[in-house]
Amino acid sequence: MTPTYESYTDFKNQLLTAFREGEERLNGESKTALHQVRRQALTAFDQLGFPTIRHEEWKYSNVNSLIKQRFTIDGTSTLTADELSSLEIPNLEGNVLYFVNGHYQAEMSHIVSPADQVQIGSLADSIKADPDGVGAHFARYADYKDSAFTALNTALATDGVVIRVPANAQVEQPIILRFISDARVNNVASQPRNLILVGKNAEVTVTESFRTLGDNSSFVNIVTEISLDRDARMQYYKVQDETNQAYHIGTTQVHQTDNSHFYAATVTLNGNFVRNNLNIVLNGQYAEAFMYGLYMPNGRQHVDNHTLVDHAMPNSYSNELYKGILDDSGTGVFNGKIFVRPDAQKTNAYQSCKNVVLSPNATMNTKPQLEIYADDVKCSHGTTTGQLNDEALFYMRSRGIPKDEARTLLLYAFAQDVLSQIKIQPIRDYLEGVITAKLTK
Amino acid sequence: MLSISNLQAVIGEKQILRGLDLEVKAGEVHAIMGPNGAGKSTLASVLAGREDYEVTGGSVLFDGKDLLDMAPEERAAEGIFLAFQYPVEIPGVSTTNFLKTAMNEIRKYRGEQPLDAVQFLKLMKEKMQLVNIDQSLLSRSLNEGFSGGEKKRNEIFQMAMLEPKLAILDETDSGLDIDALRIVAEGVNKLRSPERATIVVTHYQRLLDYIVPDFVHVLYKGRIVKSGPKELAYELEEKGYDWIKAEVA
Repeated sequence: MTPTYESYTDFKNQLLTAFREGEERLNGESKTALHQVRRQALTAFDQLGFPTIRHEEWKYSNVNSLIKQRFTIDGTSTLTADELSSLEIPNLEGNVLYFVNGHYQAEMSHIVSPADQVQIGSLADSIKADPDGVGAHFARYADYKDSAFTALNTALATDGVVIRVPANAQVEQPIILRFISDARVNNVASQPRNLILVGKNAEVTVTESFRTLGDNSSFVNIVTEISLDRDARMQYYKVQDETNQAYHIGTTQVHQTDNSHFYAATVTLNGNFVRNNLNIVLNGQYAEAFMYGLYMPNGRQHVDNHTLVDHAMPNSYSNELYKGILDDSGTGVFNGKIFVRPDAQKTNAYQSCKNVVLSPNATMNTKPQLEIYADDVKCSHGTTTGQLNDEALFYMRSRGIPKDEARTLLLYAFAQDVLSQIKIQPIRDYLEGVITAKLTK
Repeated sequence: MLSISNLQAVIGEKQILRGLDLEVKAGEVHAIMGPNGAGKSTLASVLAGREDYEVTGGSVLFDGKDLLDMAPEERAAEGIFLAFQYPVEIPGVSTTNFLKTAMNEIRKYRGEQPLDAVQFLKLMKEKMQLVNIDQSLLSRSLNEGFSGGEKKRNEIFQMAMLEPKLAILDETDSGLDIDALRIVAEGVNKLRSPERATIVVTHYQRLLDYIVPDFVHVLYKGRIVKSGPKELAYELEEKGYDWIKAEVA
């Protein structure tokens, strides 16, 4: 008899067992290169184990409460299209793909862009159709040897999306990936895996959106690998609005070549425990990366953004701006690492993290890390953490704006630097709605 | 309209206003002058409701209502406007958006319907001419990166939009060159009417060449120690404040 998920004494043990049981069900597939990578990843996960706060990269983010829980990991859900419609973003047009507990839902999804602009398929289908083609890129960018969660995802991920944009294609309609955790019946964990390959001089906009249904715990461990060929341009938005029982650990690994441009905006509105890793390798001359982030933990929410920009070639440019609004006992972490390699002369790298702390119990930890091994570079970083400006509040009140409205208006304005980066109006409207509700609570 | 009697206020441990009396009637312009540290800006701040100051005695009635009992936003809605000596920068909020919010909050307080976009823009165009302010300035973040003159002009523009019963100009002349001063003063003068009153707080007589007051008061050590017609300002300009200090001592 298959044990129910509650019977596992240990989450790690459950995951290792799941891999081995899954492996037994494979036929020829277990011989593929892709599966060999999974095996290595599983070994890495087994050896690394879940990180503790003694690990430098996890100093402020304790995963203990996550790994003490038990989750179903088989991805089942009874969610119907009707029930899903309550989560729809009004007026959203484009390629909208739904994933429920990690699995692609073809019948709920709409792919509208023609195949000569972009090929969009589920990871499961893509592996079946072209295991070597997927294997050529799978786990090639996101390193699993040092990261337990990336290793875990690499070993266990069965579904997600594969997006290929051919050279010179302009994908007119945005692609919106909606990851829904259905935690109405029990605790659910999923391991989505995305692979996005943008060809030479092509352009695409991809959004990842996360929601949770139900009051049980959910855990999303997602890895997205992105590769930009020369002169490619990509807008990438990550939007998180999950419940206070939701755990999210995500790694977005970006590989850029000559003269490619990458724009990222990560907006974390709600979630119990959120860790976002955004790692960018600028492995080409004149490559440019822009990273924006907004997080607003309140209650007991915890949001941790780790960014890493690796300037590997000369004349590359990176610029990041992260902003936080922290209330109640909310905690935030910003860790921004900039790495400039010896060859990467004429690098320009800028980093800024600004926070408003609204409650004496809220905490923000910021850590800029610059490692510069070239001598002809321009790098700057700055972090500020402060309270809402009393002078500004009084000024607004003296014009007739009540205190609460004045406060909301100031915070809203503070968030706009990041929100204005999101060029899909229905998504921006949706975010602004959630933010307004949260600020006026 | 405004009746201040025996007003006392402290900031921290420090007593600033020590029994101040002032009567302002509709249609009047009162100038408050005095040496540095006399309490001029404190008076302006206390009337607007700045929370750094604690009122320890006295009363302020505005149209018969207890002003000291009201939050700053309620005072604004009742018709009090303070033009700041140092207007505050509000990043991310345009003057237009700011004023629209302010006007509609005030209308809500008064039980009036909010202005729609068309009405608001029409009003804005009309008032922009009054203070000779540029549209591009109004779409920028409020006061952010504005020059000293632009900030003060923006204050008067806001005043023109909100049409207060009582305007308090706190050192509006500070940091202005003569041209900017004239534009600001013209704006204030155009808003003068029998229903409205103005209190001009200033260190120098210069501004009063342009905004001619009905009464001049000398504030010294937290009290009004001398009041007179506009000619008093010239006397102060000529003789300084020492003779007042001597007179009081």
